[in-house]
Amino acid sequence: MTTMNTLSLTAPGGYRPLTRSVMLTTLGLSVAVSFGIFVILDLGGTTQSFNIVGAVVVAAVINVVLIYVLSRISEGRRKATDRLMTGLVTTAFLITLLPLISLIFTTVVNGLPRFDLTFFSSSMRNVVGAGGGGLHALMGTLEITGAATLISVPVGLLSAIYLVEYGRGRLSQAITFFVDVMTGIPSIVAGLFAFALFAIFFGPGIRFGIGGAVALSVLMIPVVVRSTEEMLKLVPNELREASYALGVPKWLTVVKVVLPTAVGGIITGIMLSISRIIGETAPLLIIVGMSTSMNYDLFSDRMATLPVFVYTEYANQGADTQAYLDRAWTGALVLILIVMVLNFGARLLSRLLSPKGMQ
Amino acid sequence: MTAPIQVRSPKRRGDQVFSTSALVAGVAILIVLAAVAIFLVAESLPAFLANPADISSDGSGFWGLVGPLVFGTIWAAALALLIALPLSIGIALFISHIAPRKLAQGLGYIIDLLAAVPSVVFGLWGITVLAPAVQPFFVWLVDNVGWIPLFAGPVSGTGRTVLTVAVVLAVMIIPIITAISREVFLQTPRLHEEAALALGATRWEMIQMAVLPFGRPGLISATMLGLGRALGETMAVAMVLSPSVIISFALLQSQNPTTIAANIALNFPEASGIGVNVLIGTGLLLFIITLIVNSIARVAINRRKAFSGAN
Repeated sequence: MTTMNTLSLTAPGGYRPLTRSVMLTTLGLSVAVSFGIFVILDLGGTTQSFNIVGAVVVAAVINVVLIYVLSRISEGRRKATDRLMTGLVTTAFLITLLPLISLIFTTVVNGLPRFDLTFFSSSMRNVVGAGGGGLHALMGTLEITGAATLISVPVGLLSAIYLVEYGRGRLSQAITFFVDVMTGIPSIVAGLFAFALFAIFFGPGIRFGIGGAVALSVLMIPVVVRSTEEMLKLVPNELREASYALGVPKWLTVVKVVLPTAVGGIITGIMLSISRIIGETAPLLIIVGMSTSMNYDLFSDRMATLPVFVYTEYANQGADTQAYLDRAWTGALVLILIVMVLNFGARLLSRLLSPKGMQ
Repeated sequence: MTAPIQVRSPKRRGDQVFSTSALVAGVAILIVLAAVAIFLVAESLPAFLANPADISSDGSGFWGLVGPLVFGTIWAAALALLIALPLSIGIALFISHIAPRKLAQGLGYIIDLLAAVPSVVFGLWGITVLAPAVQPFFVWLVDNVGWIPLFAGPVSGTGRTVLTVAVVLAVMIIPIITAISREVFLQTPRLHEEAALALGATRWEMIQMAVLPFGRPGLISATMLGLGRALGETMAVAMVLSPSVIISFALLQSQNPTTIAANIALNFPEASGIGVNVLIGTGLLLFIITLIVNSIARVAINRRKAFSGAN
């Protein structure tokens, strides 16, 4: 029991580790005290309603401090610091969950009232006040995102193939570096670029869907390149060498051996990159504009898109404020649902499609 | 001595077509990036060259207009970073070293979900939920610590201040910083960790001695990437902030410095003539600022790759 003796030197009352039951009691105590305080504050009229976020945060703080003091007394300074930091780090995680929970909760609660058939079957044409829907915006988003995907995927895939299979020396280094830099382009700058590009040819009043697709491609290409590159690098070299040894040309090796091996990861990457750009608002606000009617033509006139729809419904509330807010929240809910489906679908696909043995 | 016989594989048409198209795609990316810069410069030149009186009524010209915007952009992003960095490091440590192994991956997904939420939804949430929720707290701050210039009154009645924006931005960049620092922390050589534990270190001491020093370069680049995102974030700022073109450090007042990106989003749809060029000029500045920040981040990451003992 020498360890016990050395450790007991650091703690005034002898080394007694905190047991699980002590920890749980402390937690229960802090929660009770904190919620008690907030209930009293609420009943006393200091706060307008029971502040659950405040109560949880105060409970966490009380708990961390209590554990620290207890541990300091029974376990010594070093162990107490360890417990304090563990508590703080866990609290950091829990605090970050608060906005996520609050955001999803508010979106679902506020979005459900208009999450109905009308929303998905009508546009905002001639709608003032209640009614109307986001079909035009949904179609616009699907078209523009689809066009952006059509531009980005071939370019991104081929660039990644170049970087992994062919690229040597300065040029591939430069491409790698600038792809990384491009990942950080602010979305609004991409929108301005698309506008500047088309304004030179079509004049400063230009607004059309394909411009939005170009802007989104600028944001999407680097993500596709990055993820595809990572996946291609995971393909074992033995597969390539076996293919060469059989006399298969390099391009057929890439197309028939390398790409099929990595296809799960590549599709996952593409879906995640779509989920990243489908919620972009700023570039579309600039180059695509907004419309209240259906417009299926990417090459002429303004188009509505879901993110811009949410923004304009909020920003230009009419007389019947609630109707506009409801539509904005429903738009937001649809957007979040699309993004979540893409995210979970991507993860599921990567599980299903990854080659046996790499799971 | 005979010259060595060179065996050349036959040039196949398929190979040539394929490698050329791959090369073209790669070069196209460089061209696009160059085009972004060139077109932005071309469209913003008129703003740089214009008569100052045409741009703003007080005659201060492009730079007089852009100064407060640059200040607001950097100020909001810096505040967001100040909030996000400690939280992100905490979350990354929690996921990589403290949470039970089985839970860790799932918890990582949850934080990644935050990154997937579109910025316009963050804006909507910030203005309808967060701003009213923090406003009473702001009142309390001004009443009690108002003597600190940062918290000086009069307090904003709506809560739509630069501090609220910083909180929203922080929530948006936390997943980015967390994702990268988590990866870096997980790469800490196991031997270092076990050596520290074997010497009798507690878990926190092990993190201090082995994990954090190893992760520092990665942490720096993660921070820079988060900063880059915060600098360019548009919709959340445009929706939440009640903007004005001023330079002010006060966090809780109703007059707040706005950012370049939010200013563009709010004014572009109605802009015309030289106004469009001015907005594109500010966009060019934003592009340059984020380019510098991101390049620093990338250089830091690449150095780590080159010198770390882990690879």
